[in-house]
Amino acid sequence: MEVALNNNTHKLLSKIAINDGHGENSPYFDGWKAYDTNPYHPRNNPSGVIQMGLAENQLCFDLIEEWIKNHPEASICSPQGGFDFKEIALFQDYHGLPEFRGAIANFMSRVRGSRVKFDPSRIVMSGGATGAHETVAFCLANRGEAFLVPTPYYPGFDRDLKWRTGIELIPVVCESTNNFKVTLGALEEAYDKARESNIKVKGLLITNPSNPLGTFFDKDTLKTLVRFINEKNIHLVCDEIYAGTVTNGNEFVSIAEILEEFPTICNHNLIHIVYSLSKDMGFPGFRVGIIYSYNDTVVNIARKMSSFGLVSTQTQHMVASMLSDNDFVDHFICESKIRLAHRHEMFIGELAEVGIGSLESNAGLFFWMDLRRFLKEPTFESEMTFWRIIINEIKLNVSPGSSFHCEEPGWFRVCFANMDDETVMVAVERIKSFVLERRMLEIKTKAMAKNKKQCWQNNLQLKLSSRRLEDIMSPHSPLNSPMLRAQN
Amino acid sequence: MLSAKVTCNSHGQDSSYFLGWEEYEKNPYDEVKNPKGIIQMGLAENQLSFDLLESWLQNNPQPTAFKNHKNQSIFKELALFQDYHGLPAFKNALVKFMSEIRGNTVSFDANNLVLTAGATSANETLMFCLANPGDAFLLPTPYYPGFDRDLKWRTGAEIVPIHCSSLNGFRITKSALEEAYKQAEKQKLKVKGVLVTNPSNPLGTSLSLRELDLLVNFISSKNIHLISDEIYSGTVFSSPSFISIMEVLKNRNLMNTDISKRVHIVYSLSKDLGLPGFRIGAIYSNDERVVSAATKMSSFGLVSSQTQHLLSEILSDQKFTKTYLSENRRRLKERREMLVKGLKRSRIRCLESNSGLFCWVDMRHLLSTNTFEGEMELWKKIVYEVGLNISPGSSCHCSEPGWFRVCFANMSEETLDLAMQRVKSFVDSMAKQNNQSRHPQLMNRNSRRTKSLPKWVFELSFHQREVSDR
Repeated sequence: MEVALNNNTHKLLSKIAINDGHGENSPYFDGWKAYDTNPYHPRNNPSGVIQMGLAENQLCFDLIEEWIKNHPEASICSPQGGFDFKEIALFQDYHGLPEFRGAIANFMSRVRGSRVKFDPSRIVMSGGATGAHETVAFCLANRGEAFLVPTPYYPGFDRDLKWRTGIELIPVVCESTNNFKVTLGALEEAYDKARESNIKVKGLLITNPSNPLGTFFDKDTLKTLVRFINEKNIHLVCDEIYAGTVTNGNEFVSIAEILEEFPTICNHNLIHIVYSLSKDMGFPGFRVGIIYSYNDTVVNIARKMSSFGLVSTQTQHMVASMLSDNDFVDHFICESKIRLAHRHEMFIGELAEVGIGSLESNAGLFFWMDLRRFLKEPTFESEMTFWRIIINEIKLNVSPGSSFHCEEPGWFRVCFANMDDETVMVAVERIKSFVLERRMLEIKTKAMAKNKKQCWQNNLQLKLSSRRLEDIMSPHSPLNSPMLRAQN
Repeated sequence: MLSAKVTCNSHGQDSSYFLGWEEYEKNPYDEVKNPKGIIQMGLAENQLSFDLLESWLQNNPQPTAFKNHKNQSIFKELALFQDYHGLPAFKNALVKFMSEIRGNTVSFDANNLVLTAGATSANETLMFCLANPGDAFLLPTPYYPGFDRDLKWRTGAEIVPIHCSSLNGFRITKSALEEAYKQAEKQKLKVKGVLVTNPSNPLGTSLSLRELDLLVNFISSKNIHLISDEIYSGTVFSSPSFISIMEVLKNRNLMNTDISKRVHIVYSLSKDLGLPGFRIGAIYSNDERVVSAATKMSSFGLVSSQTQHLLSEILSDQKFTKTYLSENRRRLKERREMLVKGLKRSRIRCLESNSGLFCWVDMRHLLSTNTFEGEMELWKKIVYEVGLNISPGSSCHCSEPGWFRVCFANMSEETLDLAMQRVKSFVDSMAKQNNQSRHPQLMNRNSRRTKSLPKWVFELSFHQREVSDR
């Protein structure tokens, strides 16, 4: 009865089940593996790898826990919320609980300083922002069509937008020479490139504030983008999941505000927002993703698709309770910004002391660190090699720019909001030690270079593992000799 | 400007199944506020055992308050937990629960379980893992209308029906399987597998051992997959007892073979525990590549950690699960009997069933013509004149007109009683009309047609008799 299957087993599964579209075979995940096998713990494993590759917001749980304690009615089937249980458990309407939609619309507005209002009837649920992005892609593009995405961008987009949908992502190259701002020239270039390859562009996806840059778009750039997509009649998808992490007051401009202030700037049917509570509130486990579209058809269809990833009504109920409490919400937003700003400043201040710079930024749960001068060569191979040193020897899991499709090697994303103050200091000390050690080495090797070649080589073998030295030396080092390289 | 998925109708929401819902929404029955409104009998919900869950929650307030057994807050841990492998405590409790439902005849490995946002997401995810766009799955008819959306819409997969007939109680036969396979080939569709719902929605019957063996033989010879949607497995309230596909594989010594790797189960807590709002679904597969791919895909629809934690506590309480399962079954059985008896008083028969939250009701004799138009005509009368939202068989892709799915577990006894009274009045008035009919010819033709079929045909429809497959 059994048929010999070995030849055919690979055809038994779908193409997408066996391809790499999930993106998890990328070297980006090596850092995670290193962390998973050797995670830092202040007492149990003080020399373990510190996780700085996870964009989580852990700074304000005390505020939330306090609120939960004082509001037992937010939890179903407490004596206070007791009679909700059946209604909540049965409710599977993909419109979502009305109070949930109202609370989300309210929160989204307050996060934007109440400068703009959101319509609860346009709020569509999804399985986190991950589910939202995939659903939006399914709604806007057919297989083989493309979205433009400015680089560097969140690696997860490769899975979320492409894997099961079959759409393409085309990079819009941004450069450090102008602080990675998106330019009209870069947009036009990417668009034209797609055209030449006979790829139909259906939209532009921006993350604002940006992951991994931690910067946000200024009003003029946003207007330029909107005019661009309007002219090309393509969609604009704005991932605003970090909107609540902007630390300097009212400078952040949401796409919603552009539409409000300049209502005739474009066809509103082209504008869609992706939101989530994972970053602003620190709730990634609760899977609260939101699609907010100005296009009625998209709202309608995305809502039907939301059946594949509705938010648990238990969670909808709790979130509705919490985010309807305006006093709490306003206090939370304000306090979160203060703590994020403080943490960010602490980090970059310490790093500046050892001459490490980063892109100037005022948002996000991370900063974009400039380690170009540590690369042996301005290549991605050098970046990867240096990154492995950071993981294996400095014992920090940070994310290399190449995993974000950055066009220039040497940039790294460093998360700062997913740990306590003590861990921050440990991480900072490790970086500082490393930099100072390297400086000592540079001084020593410069001194040694004055000696004879043989003497110099012997000392080298005694003092260092040659591979490590090779990796961290700058291109100007006299040690960059074929003889040394041959030893490897 | 938008994708083809937006403009096509594959979401299925223009079907009559959903139109009845819309009518109900406009005019819903309420004992006090709207006693003449439409009674919802098209919703397969289990509302009979909430008191058991509510009392458990009252005695165990910690899980919903984000506290652990030591009364410490675990809010932060839960809020941050987004690992797509799922909360280990929950998966362990869930596989034990699944095993318990199957009388512990089989055990499940938590590592082979993938959590998804409801069975809706589980079914779609399995399709993405097993079928390329244009590939087909064979489904026995009648089947749950939602499959048209869940299996086909975004995946691009196709469904080819395995026609089942009332002549043998809608049982799956070898010839029907072969015929469906041939049909797919004719349409140039590559068949990747069979999907069955066991116990069946809308039939309310569980698959016989004969059918399960047939399916295993079939997928073996064709080298294809079998998906067994077992979301109603906890609702089997009378004999024959539930036989899971895993049990069949075990008894035939097929575990750890290539065949067992092609068998996948879909589960959910929406029906057995009555928690559709919480979006708790699962895929169980013996193929680690499917588990691996499905786990990554579950990122698009994970179960809220808050909900995972609550359910892990409930399901770990084995004293509770034991009581719940048996009491729930007892109440379902009682309620089903009430529906069957009520319909019998109106001389309407149901397919003999042992499970589910609904009955498969035979109203063929009430059709004015033995066609789907006749079925629609009758259905509209039932919705608008009788005031009951039931689901017409055509929405479930039934190949014979005149069958309707009627749910019984989503309302109070009083409401069910009222529904039965309404049916009685309707049938009585129809009989009166027929007697006073201005078309005696038509009436005679009808009775002639009925008399032309031997009695045994009707007996077969109502009793599960094993018909030998040819």
